[in-house]
Amino acid sequence: MKFTLSWLKEHLETDASLTEITDTLTAIGLELEELTDPREIYAPFKVAYVESATKHPDADKLQICIVNTGIEKIQVVCGAPNARTGMKVIFAPNGAYIPGSDVTLKKGKIRGEESNGMLVSEREMGLSEEHDGIIEVADDVEIGTEFTALFNLDDPIIDVALTPNRADCAGVRGVARDLAAAGFGSLKMLDGDAVKGNGASPVHVKIESKEQCPLFMGRMISNIQNAQSPLWMQNRLKAVGLRPISALVDITNYVSLDLCRPLHVYDADLLKGDITVRLSNEGEKFEALNDKEYTLDAGMTAITDESGLLGLAGIVGGVSTGCTENTKNVFLECAYFDPMSIAKTGRALGVESDARYRFERGVDPEFTVQAIEIATKLILDICGGDASDVVKAGDVPNWKRNFEYDFAYTKKRTGVDITQDEQVQILENLGFIVQGTQISPPSWRGDVMGKADIVEEIIRIYGFDKIEPVSVGNLNAVSSGAETPHITQCRMSRAALATRGLNECVTYSFMSSDLATAFGANDNALAVSNPISSDLDHMRPSILPNLISAAATNADKGNGDTKLFEVGPVFKSAKFGGQETVVTGLRFGALANRHWEGQNANRQNDIYDAKADVMATLEAMGAPTQSLQTAREASDYFHPGRSGVLKMGNKPLAQFGEIHPAILGDMGVKGHVVGFEIFLNNLPPQKKKSAAKPLLKLSQFQPLSRDFAFIVDENVEAESIIRAAIGVDRNLIAGVSVFDVYQGKGVEDGKKSVAINVEIQPVKQTLTDSEIEGLSQKIIDAVGSKTGAMLRG
Amino acid sequence: MTDVQKLKDELVSMVEAANDLTSLDTARVNALGKKGKITGLMRTLGGMDPEERKTTGAALNLLKDEIAALIAGQERALKKQVLEQRLATEQMDVSLPIRPQAKGKIHPISQTMEELVTIFASMGFEVAEGPDIEDDWHNFTALNFPVGHPAREMQDTFFLPDDEEAEEGYKKKVLRTHTSAVQVRYMLENKPPIKIISMGRVYRHDYDLTHTPMFHQVEALVIGKDIHMGHLKGCVQDFTQAFFGIKDLPVRFRPSFFPFTEPSAEIDIGCSRKDGGLKIGAGDDWLEIGGSGMVHPNVLTNCGIDPDEYQGFAFGFGIDRMAMLKYGIPDLRTFFDSDVRWLNHYGFDPLDRPNTATGQPAK
Repeated sequence: MKFTLSWLKEHLETDASLTEITDTLTAIGLELEELTDPREIYAPFKVAYVESATKHPDADKLQICIVNTGIEKIQVVCGAPNARTGMKVIFAPNGAYIPGSDVTLKKGKIRGEESNGMLVSEREMGLSEEHDGIIEVADDVEIGTEFTALFNLDDPIIDVALTPNRADCAGVRGVARDLAAAGFGSLKMLDGDAVKGNGASPVHVKIESKEQCPLFMGRMISNIQNAQSPLWMQNRLKAVGLRPISALVDITNYVSLDLCRPLHVYDADLLKGDITVRLSNEGEKFEALNDKEYTLDAGMTAITDESGLLGLAGIVGGVSTGCTENTKNVFLECAYFDPMSIAKTGRALGVESDARYRFERGVDPEFTVQAIEIATKLILDICGGDASDVVKAGDVPNWKRNFEYDFAYTKKRTGVDITQDEQVQILENLGFIVQGTQISPPSWRGDVMGKADIVEEIIRIYGFDKIEPVSVGNLNAVSSGAETPHITQCRMSRAALATRGLNECVTYSFMSSDLATAFGANDNALAVSNPISSDLDHMRPSILPNLISAAATNADKGNGDTKLFEVGPVFKSAKFGGQETVVTGLRFGALANRHWEGQNANRQNDIYDAKADVMATLEAMGAPTQSLQTAREASDYFHPGRSGVLKMGNKPLAQFGEIHPAILGDMGVKGHVVGFEIFLNNLPPQKKKSAAKPLLKLSQFQPLSRDFAFIVDENVEAESIIRAAIGVDRNLIAGVSVFDVYQGKGVEDGKKSVAINVEIQPVKQTLTDSEIEGLSQKIIDAVGSKTGAMLRG
Repeated sequence: MTDVQKLKDELVSMVEAANDLTSLDTARVNALGKKGKITGLMRTLGGMDPEERKTTGAALNLLKDEIAALIAGQERALKKQVLEQRLATEQMDVSLPIRPQAKGKIHPISQTMEELVTIFASMGFEVAEGPDIEDDWHNFTALNFPVGHPAREMQDTFFLPDDEEAEEGYKKKVLRTHTSAVQVRYMLENKPPIKIISMGRVYRHDYDLTHTPMFHQVEALVIGKDIHMGHLKGCVQDFTQAFFGIKDLPVRFRPSFFPFTEPSAEIDIGCSRKDGGLKIGAGDDWLEIGGSGMVHPNVLTNCGIDPDEYQGFAFGFGIDRMAMLKYGIPDLRTFFDSDVRWLNHYGFDPLDRPNTATGQPAK
């Protein structure tokens, strides 16, 4: 919402300074967005006199001007055809910023001749598109006169950010009213007296859609002249960014900005019969004044005559009855439209207009009656003519409401003590009617719907700065802990992986549907209906593709061998509960770049690195890593032979492996990638444990260890050997590790040798040789029967 | 006696002449071995008279000890020499670079979220969580956005296909535009007093220099019987001062509008701008960092809380923006680029987790 200071003062009697006004606007909720002071922008530009203009020796179209600025006589090279000796001009000195061409002037030489500053055109000043020559100033204007004074540009432009609830301030008068209530001046009276008509309007109005248009007022104004609007009006419109068009159009625009009262004028000679406000039929079309053609859906509010659609009510008028400079008779419309239907239609057809902006936020319904008189007066003053009586269809909708208000509530909600008298004063200054504990908001405050709104009115005017801060410190000595178990697990997983050398990423929750499908998405309910781009049109079923792309991008930039992870949501369904947290990571390429030590330092990342990431993370998150089983049923996007799932019972806690080469190929990724996914939601719930740990029991007996080498079929998995060995005696066997896996010479084809070390921890007494021998035999038997293994000879 | 003295001279010169461990060992055998010289002389003791045997025996035992000590000393010296010779050959290039030690970093958003939890925990808050895909009721309707109201246009929303199986009013699916939806879910399930923060991803249909279609929010909600705007201001002030680590950081409230709060306030913190740079702290300018207000009575009613009995406040900030301000990160879009150079530079050491004991590092 833009307006100028002088425009504001049209409504507000005030001695307040510009800074006081702009500070107050922000303080009462009309946030100052921008203050443009043309006096500052145009400060360097002043009137000067061209003492002589002679042809440039080296250029046909340039002249060398000696310019008297009142302070000095200075040489300016000028290319304007109208530059001549004895004229008065606007001079811009060196160092001046030229707003129209966005340059700062510097002293220079043009074709060998020194040139200082510039003689400017209207376009260079940002005033118009006029650039045929430099600005000519009347001879009687004194040298040194400020440019702003000459062009009425000494009016600061204030731009206020309006919140959607403050429709009343979409007019300058509303802003003035708020400032007056805040104690910065008094609101001037508005002359809304009726203009006496010269007889009934020849055009009649009928409303068929009362809900969407409760009130339509109009009047015929005959024998007008639609020339240019007066300069003061043009200047104000230009200052806020509107192009003056003709008196009638300017007047409607002006009233809309000034009083938040959109109007419409029809060329009465182009109307066919009476006006009917009705709901549109499907497919009705009209050509709008914004040069677009609209095809309406059924049920939009339309202004019509016998010829059909004239315009979209409260949004945009039509070309068929548009006013031109030849318009002699006009029909003026001042109506009230329902905000909801305006918003719906405006959105459906995508029409933005000043009228829609105001109507959909809610203009003052009561003011309709006065507004038509004010608009009539402006038209008669500027365009002449005779006004008919007002024709009226419908009625002002009932906007009156009462709230029972306990003035103590203000303090209860704000903590600020404001006397009842002060509260009443603030409300009355804002136009509320206060009778005892009954409060009724004014007609222009459709947003005030209850007690909480009344508190806001009082406190925003009284001052948010008067609210004293009160701490809400923790009153409990024993904190119950802020984190949910889920957040704790996320935090631990991040720490575990970062410590292992993986960098944490945060990537978008959506990705391309192609990628999503490749990574298991199969639910159309997860497709974004209005994606920001086709790359981001599906909720992610996995974080892996984002990390793979990121690693590939990094590799393209010369950073191969990256290790990345992300802890975040993936989406299995759009329903509540369809979101899971998955700790996802990958290792791209080798452990490190080429290194003098070779394989020890820079071998390729393999699935055991990924598995180690998983195990470390599960452990950090408190999952029971000892009792997990490994299975071969990882998702299809992993290499089928080089991937696995870690399960607890039937629940997969994690999967890991090489990313399927075909997927990498489809993604255009060159390189070797291992990755993993940990399904946080499948982890067993953390039991509330006491702070104390279980008592440590240390055996006093020396542990011993025995090695066994087994020959098994090559597809027997090591885990089955380990499990078989451990299962022999869980009391005595403290651990089993695999220290050698061998295939090749000395081992039959299709077989492999797996050597394990079994650590035995005596519990009650030292074991005798025969006891150890017995245990060893049990291990050999158990592994043999579970896996078909033979002890290696 | 002369024999013993003679033998001693002979053995001493023999031991001293041994210049490596092998010849020293030969010397020891020659001197102290079973067939050695001292042993040989010992054998002659039997043929001596008792007096002579006694003195000669004592002299020989003394000699034996002296020579043994001499040999031990010589052995230490020779071993040391050998070790020194070996060490002299065992040179490594100590200037070679170490094996790569991969070290990962924590993303600034996670770091900031952990800081938020730490600060709010110290003020007695708990964390609440909710889904990213919401229905229109939890995201808008419950929060007092009337259907079709222009306020719904304040936020550009991402939509998913309607859920036809859902109940009327819950069919429309959106990506949550704010974490306020989490507050709605929490209020429906918990009775006041309530003191929570909700954090997480939020989505808006916007992408330019300063907007990404996904970003992060934190919102605080406090509901009780006598919670008023003073508490809101105090809580925001305590929080912002703790977060930025600036004790006298000024906080300003400006009236504003949000459908879910009444009165509503925008939150500014003090700053100064110089030469295009921005410094947080008491200064001559203000920086808008979040929105706040007293929870609208309609919201409480929608969430099953009696607004005549309870009232409270809510406020919210953009986490990404808070991280940018605190840690001097210039471009929001880079947060989601996963560029390892960026992650290494702006990320945080996993050993350096936020806690109230160490305080918040001020920018």
